[in-house]
Amino acid sequence: MTLTFEDFSPGHFGTFGPRRVTREETLAFAAEFDPQPMHLDEEAAKRSMLNGLSASGWHLCSIMMRMMFDGYIGRTASLGSPGVNELRWLAPLRPGDDLTLDIEVAEARISRSRPETGIVTFKGVVRNAAGQALCEMVSPIIVRRRAVVAAEQAG
Amino acid sequence: MRFFEDIEIGQRRELGSFTFTAERIKKFATQFDPQPFHLDEEEGRKSLFGGLAASGWHVGSVCMKLLVADGERQAREAAARGEKIAIWGPSPGFRDLRWIKPVLAGDTVSFASEIESLRSSEKRPEWGILQARNTGTNQRGELVFSVLATAFVPRRTAGA
Repeated sequence: MTLTFEDFSPGHFGTFGPRRVTREETLAFAAEFDPQPMHLDEEAAKRSMLNGLSASGWHLCSIMMRMMFDGYIGRTASLGSPGVNELRWLAPLRPGDDLTLDIEVAEARISRSRPETGIVTFKGVVRNAAGQALCEMVSPIIVRRRAVVAAEQAG
Repeated sequence: MRFFEDIEIGQRRELGSFTFTAERIKKFATQFDPQPFHLDEEEGRKSLFGGLAASGWHVGSVCMKLLVADGERQAREAAARGEKIAIWGPSPGFRDLRWIKPVLAGDTVSFASEIESLRSSEKRPEWGILQARNTGTNQRGELVFSVLATAFVPRRTAGA
């Protein structure tokens, strides 16, 4: 069943994962999008502030997107997102770790300019296998309302 | 890459441009963001985006790619002048990221970075912290992407 605006009310929404992140994929992403030594070179990474090889923060964001897609966005009547209010990288993602994603609905309101849609603001926290928070994000998505989707499916 | 002491508020760097081909959009989306409007031209046309649109995370990652390439350029220039090379620190995050307009297949986006604020790190005297407004503008001159990013930058003289 397709999730619509009415399915998102403030509070804990779900926990998704685990998702294994391999060394091969962290190196491939960094080589393409973020080729800094701290993401690619073991020795340089040891001397960096992060004390060892870590995935690009944009890779972590992209993996979080995929976990959101697999967890709920893939079956949500989502029209996309206007942006991200805040994103914090709290600790390095080490190759080989297993990620889980906790999603909370921070706010859900009907759009004033487009009342057939609502704006659902999520707070997501990605944790590693040890339970350490690696990344926190607050971001809205635009979701269609149930009556609109139902009318379309009936028609 | 520059040291904290060499950076001033208002400094702007043009980072270069990137063409989001349909092939690149679909490759990224298949891996990270397989929503129909990022994977299929027809689904894109039916969506709010009006065409096959790049994932917002693809746009952000490309901005990072061009920031790193620009940093490498500056490092080569510093090395050619016989100067010490600054190696960037990690980023604690960003705020106010906006996907203002869709980036559609075939669009070429030019990215730029402008320094908004500078402060010392209280916990790490060998580092400064900058905030930069990174933006992307398409071939029609429309602002499509904007983010206020934070990063650690090394000081030339620790604690100075």
